Amino acid sequence: MRLRLEARPVPSRVYVWTAPLIAALATLAVGFVVFSAFGKNPLAAFDAFFIAPIATRYGVAELLLKASPLMLIATGLAIGYRANVWNIGAEGQLTLGAIAGGGVALAVGDALWPPVLLLPAMFVAGAAGGMLWAAIPAWLRTRFNANEILTSLMLVYVATLLLSWLVHGPWRDPEGYNFPQSKIFAANAMLPILLPETRLNAGFLLALAVVAIAWLFVRKHIVGFEMRVAGLSPGAANYAGISWRRNIWLGMLAGGACAGLAGVSEAAGPIGQLLPSMSPGYGFAAIIVAFVGRLHPAGIALASLLMSLLYLGGESAQVNLALPSAVTGLFQGTLLFFLLAADVLVNYRPRMVLA
Amino acid sequence: MADTPTEAAPRLALRGITKRYPNVLANDGIDLDVLPGEIHAVLGENGAGKSTLMKIIYGVVEPDAGVMRWEGEPVRIDNPARARKLGIGMVFQHFSLFETLTVADNIRLALEPRQSRQLRQRIRDISTRYGLPLTPARRVHTMSVGERQRVEIVRCLLQRPRLLIMDEPTSVLTPQAAQRLFETLRTLASEGVSILYISHKLDEIRALCTRATVLRAGRVTGQCDPRRETTASLARMMIGGDLPHTVHREANAGAPALRVQRLDVPADDPFGTRLSGISFDVREGEILGIAGVSGNGQKELLAALSGERTLARADAIMIDSAPVAKLDAFARRKLGLAFIPEDRLGRGAVPEMNLADNGLLTARGDGNVAHGFIRERSVVAFAKRTIAAFGVKAGGPDAVARSLSGGNLQKFIVGREIGQRPKVLIAAQPTWGVDVGASAQIRQALIDLRERGVAVLVVSEELDELIEICDRLAVMTQGRLSPAKPVRETSAEEIGLLMAGATSGEITPTGTSAPARAEAR
Repeated sequence: MRLRLEARPVPSRVYVWTAPLIAALATLAVGFVVFSAFGKNPLAAFDAFFIAPIATRYGVAELLLKASPLMLIATGLAIGYRANVWNIGAEGQLTLGAIAGGGVALAVGDALWPPVLLLPAMFVAGAAGGMLWAAIPAWLRTRFNANEILTSLMLVYVATLLLSWLVHGPWRDPEGYNFPQSKIFAANAMLPILLPETRLNAGFLLALAVVAIAWLFVRKHIVGFEMRVAGLSPGAANYAGISWRRNIWLGMLAGGACAGLAGVSEAAGPIGQLLPSMSPGYGFAAIIVAFVGRLHPAGIALASLLMSLLYLGGESAQVNLALPSAVTGLFQGTLLFFLLAADVLVNYRPRMVLA
Repeated sequence: MADTPTEAAPRLALRGITKRYPNVLANDGIDLDVLPGEIHAVLGENGAGKSTLMKIIYGVVEPDAGVMRWEGEPVRIDNPARARKLGIGMVFQHFSLFETLTVADNIRLALEPRQSRQLRQRIRDISTRYGLPLTPARRVHTMSVGERQRVEIVRCLLQRPRLLIMDEPTSVLTPQAAQRLFETLRTLASEGVSILYISHKLDEIRALCTRATVLRAGRVTGQCDPRRETTASLARMMIGGDLPHTVHREANAGAPALRVQRLDVPADDPFGTRLSGISFDVREGEILGIAGVSGNGQKELLAALSGERTLARADAIMIDSAPVAKLDAFARRKLGLAFIPEDRLGRGAVPEMNLADNGLLTARGDGNVAHGFIRERSVVAFAKRTIAAFGVKAGGPDAVARSLSGGNLQKFIVGREIGQRPKVLIAAQPTWGVDVGASAQIRQALIDLRERGVAVLVVSEELDELIEICDRLAVMTQGRLSPAKPVRETSAEEIGLLMAGATSGEITPTGTSAPARAEAR
């Protein structure tokens, strides 16, 4: 007997949606082994990792809070990914968004702009900052055919250093005891809190709105359709006269804009100022979220909750079980690994064959 | 060609071969005997199960049931290497070549290591002998469909097979080259090689084969000696009814709708064909045919005409006297151009998308898009109309393009392009690999379009088809186009000579020098 994979005539619709569940279960199984290897009771560990963080109202709010930037960024990235535009640099675009949006907040300072004016101005600036950062790889790709995977990724480090220079230098809070951080934003530059006594803010609503708009664009708009065609079959796209240049620009800019918005949400939400690091890797984790969510806006919304839970669980496991912080990255990586493996089932059917 | 005594033990005997795919029973208890030295035709429409049966013999596909005997011994052929070891060679209809490798590397991969000595020279020898021009150092991805098939044929012949399976081998050859291939096959047969010849070209089978097995819907429906049958009787056995035939009235051509003037396109890769000084008109209400063996610049010409490649000089190509050569494919479509490409999956259609979405790929009018948003109801209705008008056998607008047979998908693409009421329609190899019924339907659709005053350009290697439907014919060789001639004033022989002979004057180092020299002898 041997196992053989047989190509399916038509991709399995069942597995398109169950593969992420299979991957999640397999990830749990690996977690079981890992926790046991650390000498922890797996059940207690699972409780600490997956149940305890969201057992309270505050926990649920934190879940949604951390899911918001992931949802935003992954939605933007997925628009490009569907068209084979591989923007890997969302972390840098988020940073530029935070710089631009935070820059507006700092420039306005204590002047009494009403939030209805200031917050939109910050978000517009943030989206523009993210788009500017994404425009560099887009231009390099369309002008010199430079691989956007490499250029967008390298620009992440440039962005991080740029922010670091700003908060160490010109934008450092003069009353901040020399810590590398900006002034704390004025109250009118902060996102309103949705649930009292939690940190969940209006950024979550923004993320949901972007998901809805993205769904409308991908499913209902002709340009979204054309970008899907380009991703599935570049030859057919060329045949139909769909411009690959436009797809690259749109794909990169959509990712950049969304990452920029996420940067502003972080700065004007839970952080409230500019720090040398504005994100615990949301820009990279969002790549996983985009694929776990099947590049579909609704799937991404769910996947971002799962990824957010991994972040919270990782923190909780550090505190309650004294597990290393790397456990979060381990679960993220394991999840993506199993998802890609389970994806085989979408196009292939396993079959036992008599050898 | 020797008639082998029927009492001779069969070289290959199949009994009860059955293969079931998820949606279809491809082979249903097939019995087949192939004798030494016979040219045995396997006849059937696309989807009748011919290709599956051949893949089973060649070890690509394992049957679910049935017995195979080779030279009297029961065998299990579970992979092509095993088949080749036994002495079975196959030339596929759909090629199994690595695109990034050279011709020589592709051939080397299929050979035993010790066979590959002096490979390039042997490739040149074989290709010259059988009139299959090839440059061993050339990479496959730069080659057209016809050239790729030559690699497959040469690769097989190099292995000196005892059973040679040919899956529609002549569809990309000139009549003369096909005749030469037949000579080769007859020589091989007289040397004792058995040949399984898959085709739906009935004239060819009558001229070449000594026995025919007819398949319909996965079953053997008859056996005959094709030399004693008529084309009509063979067709009846094959499709279980009479052949549809096309109606062609006198042309009533009007003003030029597509005009190409002194078109020069540099080759986009070192092995591509440079187009030089191409000029022609296609008038309203006529069909202009461009004949020629593929690899003579058809691919480049079609890309330039469709807008998949844009040019520097805008008036090199005009649609209704509007210069369009700088416009992309989408902009040209808006001016009334429609294009049926040679490749269906991955160019004419997105394999993973359903037919509704594949309709929308080019059909943007008819209320399918309003203010940038897709109107789903209209898109589905367009796909339904296309499916109904062309009798596409598919589950409906939801069926994924990849799940359709080649002929049905081609009907859908043809229907989609015609359904947009173009002023100019360009069709490349419109019936390549399409069964007879669907071919006749597609040809009739092109003729009907002409009757409605559309300018139609057909680029094809099937000379019979061009002569059947075209009003004027031009021939493409080495990136140049002969002046178009009315079909009534020419003949298949003359065109065939132009296709092959015109190259003899211009021998280029990377070009098709081998056949030219062979012909000069």
